[in-house]
Amino acid sequence: MKISFPYMGTSHIVISYLLEQLGHEVIYPPVPTKKTLSLGVQYSPEFACLPFKILMGTYLEAVEKGADTILTSGGCGPCRAGYYGELHKRILHDMGYNVDMIVLEPPLVSPLDFFRQSHKLIKKRGWINLARVFRIAWRKLQALDDLESTLHKLRPLALSKKQITQVYEDGLELIRQANSVKEVDEARDEALTNLQQVPADHSFTPLRVGLIGEIYVVLEPFANHDIEKILGDMGVYVHRSIFLMNWTKNNALTHGEEGEKDIRTAAIPYLNQLIGGHGQNSVGEVVRYAEKGFDGVIQLAPFTCIPEIVAKSIMPAVSRDKGIPVLTLFLDEQTGKAGITTRLEAFLDLMKEKRRIKQEVS
Amino acid sequence: MRVGIPRTLSYFTLYPLVQPFFEGLGVDVVVSPESNKDILDEGIKETVNDACVPIKLLHGHVAALKDKVDILFMPRLVSLDGKNTLCPKFLGLPDMVRYSIKGLPEIIENRLDLKKGKLELYRFLFRIGRRFTDNKLLILRAIWRARYNFMHYRKLLLQGFTPIEAFSLLQKGHNAEVQPQKGQIKLAVLGYPYTLYDNYISVGLLEILKSYGVNVVTPEMVPKQELQRMSKKFNKNLFWYYSNCVVWACKYYLTDKSVDGIIHVTAFGCGPDSMTNKLIELETKADRKIPFLTVTIDEHTGEAGVETRVEAFVDLIKRKKGIL
Ligand code: SF4
Ligand code: SF4
Repeated sequence: MKISFPYMGTSHIVISYLLEQLGHEVIYPPVPTKKTLSLGVQYSPEFACLPFKILMGTYLEAVEKGADTILTSGGCGPCRAGYYGELHKRILHDMGYNVDMIVLEPPLVSPLDFFRQSHKLIKKRGWINLARVFRIAWRKLQALDDLESTLHKLRPLALSKKQITQVYEDGLELIRQANSVKEVDEARDEALTNLQQVPADHSFTPLRVGLIGEIYVVLEPFANHDIEKILGDMGVYVHRSIFLMNWTKNNALTHGEEGEKDIRTAAIPYLNQLIGGHGQNSVGEVVRYAEKGFDGVIQLAPFTCIPEIVAKSIMPAVSRDKGIPVLTLFLDEQTGKAGITTRLEAFLDLMKEKRRIKQEVS
Repeated sequence: MRVGIPRTLSYFTLYPLVQPFFEGLGVDVVVSPESNKDILDEGIKETVNDACVPIKLLHGHVAALKDKVDILFMPRLVSLDGKNTLCPKFLGLPDMVRYSIKGLPEIIENRLDLKKGKLELYRFLFRIGRRFTDNKLLILRAIWRARYNFMHYRKLLLQGFTPIEAFSLLQKGHNAEVQPQKGQIKLAVLGYPYTLYDNYISVGLLEILKSYGVNVVTPEMVPKQELQRMSKKFNKNLFWYYSNCVVWACKYYLTDKSVDGIIHVTAFGCGPDSMTNKLIELETKADRKIPFLTVTIDEHTGEAGVETRVEAFVDLIKRKKGIL
């Protein structure tokens, strides 16, 4: 079985580790590029959401490289993503590629689910090995999340953005190479220390922005033109609402299932209905970010994303009531980095102005 | 007391139920005018610009109604068949509209979720009834009347009448004779009721087809049990009710081999349709290889454009059948 899988943020580090430990030959999909996207666009329905197109392109590239099985995630609740795997498979088959698709819930939401769905994946190395491998994978996920959230805090302050990017990437590599729980922990500590040692400017308080929206475009830098980096480089602290493991402590906006509920509660006055995807969360998260004194919120969504469109049409009311600016960016294959940067710059000015007025008042 | 019903979205599914119901309660029913350019333009102004055409149109209908009525009927439709949910935009509809249009009257936004059981439909009506009167008997009587009318309506659809035809037959009150359609070819025209039967939005597609001598069948004309049977033929079904009806109806007409071609009418900016369209295209290709045409309806669809494409499509089929 030659197995491949799509990129989503840093999850590939963990997924490839798992697959290799289970004794599979992993075909690394190329990191998505413009070429991937245009390939995906060519073979996807015109109005499919952006994630569908990027994944389509990724699969085609992986199949070209010899993959015969693709491991993918089922998607976010009752929405199109839940049907991605099925349709991707049918399109690939229609094109004459005979690939198998294994669909897991993202992003390794629960190891149990993974376990259940992965019969096909597991036969090679037997079950004893499994517990160990899963523990390590789990630890790696946590470590990756820690690393990222620390990066978010430190990037705006770093004197050399280039240096901090390099240190971060070295950190990812350390975690990738670790091969036991102890090694993962060591790698994590080393990476975090290294990040902290990058010279920083502590003379100012960066603007604080919450990043919300549809999970794939929030997590995958290729889909969002590396928005976290753009913002960080502009000296903004980005707090991401979604992490690989949504409940790692200190990272997510709130913790665990309780946190999910809390976000929903916050949304209820505006949207008292689960609408699939991250729609209701997006509304609730704006409320909570406002309460925590953030300077603004950026909502990311693929063009034609149904739940986020519903959320967006409610946003103006939330934003007005809670006094927090919200910028919605709909992303599609035509979105360019330059356009995003311009809109971000304007948004920063708005937030700065608001902060100035607030300080004058108090 | 006047209740306003927008002439779009669930109108084509629920009007024959709620119209007699409200009248039974002694409430006047005001329906927005048939879709037209002004309504769409107004809707485009009020809606987030990333929304699909039908949602924009709905906003236009609401704007056209809001000053003429005391209360708006815009329920939160969650499930109409007890299994599938509707598109997220239906789920969030009252909220979307409330925060987009200013100066709205009160909204009847009760939740209708038939996953809670078959009787939920009547409980839903009962809850709405209680907003207007304390007379429970009156409400029950209104429900009974509504139910009767609704069943009659569904029967007419199964006989091959379109919702619009069925509405007018019901109004006239006499039993319709089933007139066999006399066209030379038969096409399945698949799409959501609010795009197919809205003459403005579909740029008169159904009429055009009839004028070419085409017998038209639509998802509404497939019995519910048959749709259910078709659903089992898929590995995995989509999540949304109206989309699934389209997919299953497609499978139904492919299986019973009675149609000469399939037209899928899809709305610009519709999320579910990107999946639905590809899926039925692949189904058609794999199954019977009959001609397949996609007609996308957007804000500027000109009648001429659609007409030429449909005409070419019909000609192709006629030639294939040796009629032309
Ligand atoms: S949430 Fe948005 S992006 Fe995700 S599947 Fe649904 S429509 Fe597509
Ligand atoms: S199903 Fe499509 S057309 Fe209908 S409301 Fe949803 S997105 Fe709009």
